Amino acid sequence: MSTRLASGGSVIDRETTVSFTFNGKQFMAHAGDTLASALLANGQTLVGRSFKYHRPRGIMASGAEEPNALVNMGQGDRFEPNQRTTTTEVFEGLTATSQNHWPSLEFDIGAINNKVPRLLPAGFYYKTFMKPQWAWKHLFEPIIRQSAGLGSAPKEADADRYEYFYAYVNVLIVGGGMAGLAAAREAGASGAKVLLMEQTANLGGRLSVDSASIDGKPSDDWIAETITELEAMENVTIRTRMMGSGVFDHGYAMGYERITDHAPDDIAPRHRLWRIRAKRIVTATGALERPLSFAGNDIPGVMLASAVRDYASLFGVSAGDRTVVVTNNDDAYRTAITMKNAGLEVPVILDARPEANRPLPTEARALGIRVETGKGIAKVKGYKSVTGVEICSQAGEGTPLETIPCDVVAMSGGWSPVVHLWSHCGGKLNWDEANAMFSPDPTRPPLGADGNGFVLTAGTASGDLATAPALQNAIAAGRQAAIEAGFTPTESAAALVESPPEEPMLPVWSMPQGAPYKLRSKSWLDFQNDVKVSDVRLAAQEGYESVEHTKRYTTIGMATDQGKLSNINGLAVLADSLNAPIPNVGTTTFRPPYTPISLGSIAGEARGPLFKPTRKSPIDTWQDANNAVWEPVADWRRPYTYRRDGETTAQAVTREINNTRTGASILDASTLGKILVKGPDAAKFLDLIYTNMMSSLKVGKCRYGLMCTENGFLFDDGVVARLSEDEFLCHTTSGGSDNVHGWMEEWLQTEWWDFKVYTTNVTEQFAQIAVVGPNARKVLEKLGGMDVSSEALPFMGFTDGILAGIQSRPFRISFSGELSYEIAVPAAQGQAFWDKILEAGEEFGIMPYGTEALHVMRAEKGFIMIGDETDGTVIPQDLKLGWAVSKKKEDFIGKRAQERNFLEREDRKQLVGLLTENPQDVLPDGAHAVEGGKNRYGQENMIGHVTSTYFSPTLNHSIAMALIKGGSKRMGEVLTFPVSDNKTIKATVVDPVFYDKEGARQNV
Amino acid sequence: MSNAVSILNGASSNGAVKITEAGLRGMITLRGDLSSTALKDAVKSVVGLTPPSERKVKSGKGGGVAWMSSDELLLLVDYDKADATVAKLSKALAGEHHMVVNVSDARAVFLIEGQGAREVLAKGAPVDLSPEAFGAGDLRRSRIGQLAAAFWMTEDESFELVCFRSVGAFMFDWLSNAAREGSLPEFL
Repeated sequence: MSTRLASGGSVIDRETTVSFTFNGKQFMAHAGDTLASALLANGQTLVGRSFKYHRPRGIMASGAEEPNALVNMGQGDRFEPNQRTTTTEVFEGLTATSQNHWPSLEFDIGAINNKVPRLLPAGFYYKTFMKPQWAWKHLFEPIIRQSAGLGSAPKEADADRYEYFYAYVNVLIVGGGMAGLAAAREAGASGAKVLLMEQTANLGGRLSVDSASIDGKPSDDWIAETITELEAMENVTIRTRMMGSGVFDHGYAMGYERITDHAPDDIAPRHRLWRIRAKRIVTATGALERPLSFAGNDIPGVMLASAVRDYASLFGVSAGDRTVVVTNNDDAYRTAITMKNAGLEVPVILDARPEANRPLPTEARALGIRVETGKGIAKVKGYKSVTGVEICSQAGEGTPLETIPCDVVAMSGGWSPVVHLWSHCGGKLNWDEANAMFSPDPTRPPLGADGNGFVLTAGTASGDLATAPALQNAIAAGRQAAIEAGFTPTESAAALVESPPEEPMLPVWSMPQGAPYKLRSKSWLDFQNDVKVSDVRLAAQEGYESVEHTKRYTTIGMATDQGKLSNINGLAVLADSLNAPIPNVGTTTFRPPYTPISLGSIAGEARGPLFKPTRKSPIDTWQDANNAVWEPVADWRRPYTYRRDGETTAQAVTREINNTRTGASILDASTLGKILVKGPDAAKFLDLIYTNMMSSLKVGKCRYGLMCTENGFLFDDGVVARLSEDEFLCHTTSGGSDNVHGWMEEWLQTEWWDFKVYTTNVTEQFAQIAVVGPNARKVLEKLGGMDVSSEALPFMGFTDGILAGIQSRPFRISFSGELSYEIAVPAAQGQAFWDKILEAGEEFGIMPYGTEALHVMRAEKGFIMIGDETDGTVIPQDLKLGWAVSKKKEDFIGKRAQERNFLEREDRKQLVGLLTENPQDVLPDGAHAVEGGKNRYGQENMIGHVTSTYFSPTLNHSIAMALIKGGSKRMGEVLTFPVSDNKTIKATVVDPVFYDKEGARQNV
Repeated sequence: MSNAVSILNGASSNGAVKITEAGLRGMITLRGDLSSTALKDAVKSVVGLTPPSERKVKSGKGGGVAWMSSDELLLLVDYDKADATVAKLSKALAGEHHMVVNVSDARAVFLIEGQGAREVLAKGAPVDLSPEAFGAGDLRRSRIGQLAAAFWMTEDESFELVCFRSVGAFMFDWLSNAAREGSLPEFL
């Protein structure tokens, strides 16, 4: 059984005790423990269930590579599934529960899958699609959906805060082990600005466990001295609890800082996502130990050899009393020596190699540990925990030679450099035959904008597994990074490292060599997703040759650990099955993030009120206080209507329309786009931008204009006012101001750069308030300060002056068909002006109206709305706006396109008005008109659709606009709109101008 | 213009860094040939300063002038002097191809003051705000989170920031959130 040892534990503080709960049971731990070390210290070796077979799962590793020991963390608004116990620091009050079992961790019904593994072979998910057809929907899909997923989804909104941070450095170093520290010291000494990030809370990496002598000193002293040196350098920053999560183009890297995961009561944000630009990135990311594939290698108690000694030496925790070590290399002997020295039993070291005689095996033997070479594990005994191993000859087929009782199996299949960050942006790998691993090829790094590599690797991440060459490599990498970032390294003496020489490892992809199906089907490759040696072999047998396809078919490497332990073993098995060399099979693609990062950190501060900016008009506060029913209009919020007590929204809209048609109302039109265009070539420029002629517009006058894309399609409209001979003010739609401004600048900067024209977007400089209705002039006269008579200010004219003491520019333009003044005033005085109009208009019953009344009134007048009557495929001619497309102009944007025969066809969908047979029936928006018969898909033949539809209180009749095939020639035709299974609405095609066809009301 | 109000009427928040809505400022967009003597003289005649170089801002007793793009300046004057300044510039530049327009009301202005102001902005702007790279008189047109903004540093490690008026309230909330006590990375 695992327990806390009486001594040892370099990163824990035995003086400080914290309590936490696991599955409701209270446990004690020490400050500095991870949740994994704390669970082991309390004898909790069973921590979860696997994904597919619900097999018992224990802690296998001691770091980011852990596949099994994932838990639900926290409760309520701090609940988070799939949290890795090996990278979770314990804190007072931590609560965790195990995942993927029912009803309990100890007794799990889902483990029945384990009894019938042949029902869930490789690719079973895809196989369920095949036949019979009914089975997917009625059998497989409900079962798979029910059992999919590991942890539970949070039910409450996240209580924590998150943020981004942008940082710029010369040299970014990822990893705070020996290599990272050494590289940082070299780069730092050159004067380069260095940021070193370490994903754990402690610096030192493996060197803290596997000590060596550096420059004649114990490595712990070397670590401490190096940290002191780095801390003294002002140009060097060290951040712990910060993972290098991704490397992207041009020296861009992502850092994931877990600020308060270990201290949830801190007021700081929980996570900070760093977006870093670095001239050079040094990955000092170390290496990960590989498991061995033998039967029962997934039983709780089977662990990575390095993890077993990490728990002993970092946390003072023994994984068990009797540890059998199984290995294909010298390094795992360190575990046996560590455990033996801690006073624990090591009954045997099983070494798959024919012999082992270098210093580490010799030291083990000298301690009295039995070493069996050429041997392996036939099978691990036990279910929820290891009870022993059957040993066999590695060369054979697994005949048991002897059963050895034990509670821990420490396995080592060799090491793989962590090449993830190197590979994210295209760094290439070489297959290292001697160490059976992929390592970075320094001649093929990821390339930056200048064509040079921008990532360097340092230490074991480079593929130098032994301490001495790893340190030399790291020093060189730090210096090289500094040079490439434009700095000059100082003189540095090469470090002298003493560590025992090691025998070459022996690649072992299957244990024993000739393991039959029975053993292979219990030999795990991917522990989280339950992929075994037999599954990969089956995939190969079924024709899967590509490693990427095999990954998706078997799901190997697709779990939350992204195959950190399974990838190399899996592709080696695939290569063996295909009888192909490993490098020819290759690796799957390494993608960011290195380990999962929180969704909160990706969202950053953008949630709740900061989720997305809402643009607000200068009258917004008043509107909000006066019962505005808001609707989004592009990025703005605008009042849909202003509801009074006892009114429905529809009643409010009707009231606003009736009041506007009979009295006077005001509208906040501030959101309309306003772009100032000025210069000697302004008129010429606008003649090209608009379809109609703008150069003939007289100063002081307004003209409605249309803008088309190069493809001839209408995309924006609005009124243009000529302020002076060389200056125009172009109004755009509310949603179009930024696009139209960008559009104008693009043409000016890229095509017509010789035009003398400047533009400025002045949309927000003005509050624009429309006073509308038969009494509008009376209201303005009462405001006083300016002659607003039809003689002084006729329809489609504008003027500058003072109204109510405020500098104003009234435009005589109308989107409602009524007498209307749209008055622009400085935005900062918008509210004051609004108030004065309400005051002056009181005797005329003035009231504000919203966007829905605006929409209904414009539809009554047959005015189109961009986005309703247009959808990016509509040309002005389709909308009966051919009059606004100049025939005289030599050119304008869209002219050539509109001459294409497709756009000139007479049976294009054209704008029509519709009057329903029953005046009270309002057509649904988007309803389709059918003309009988079916198309080749068996659907009704459709001839067009409704684009705008309202009940018009003015006409006491439902009205609509529609785009109908050949619509201009269908006047008087009755169209059929099937709107649901049992309802069809019939409507007559009419002119889309329903009200005041002569335009008499607006021109008074 | 006594009835003119800025977007938040001078609101402020005190976190690790102080955020203040600066009230109404006179702002004038001037577009033209920045290398022309006429333009340089015109600018000098209204704010007493010559146009700054790329990504820089200058300020003095008569106001300030900020570089906005290769053919655009932003002149900073008192709010109630903006229209008169526009008129003066227009007169001085008559005959030159240029555009001068009062944009004071289109903007919201914020002050970000105190140790850590750099870090508040660095939470939202992809800009190197370290002391080595960004000092007094430096300016960027960039973004803060999802909002377009321009900001520059004044003499005392403080910043001024302008954005569009319609998003002024959002900007204030964003900056106040970023400036919360205990949330600065302490990196810059």
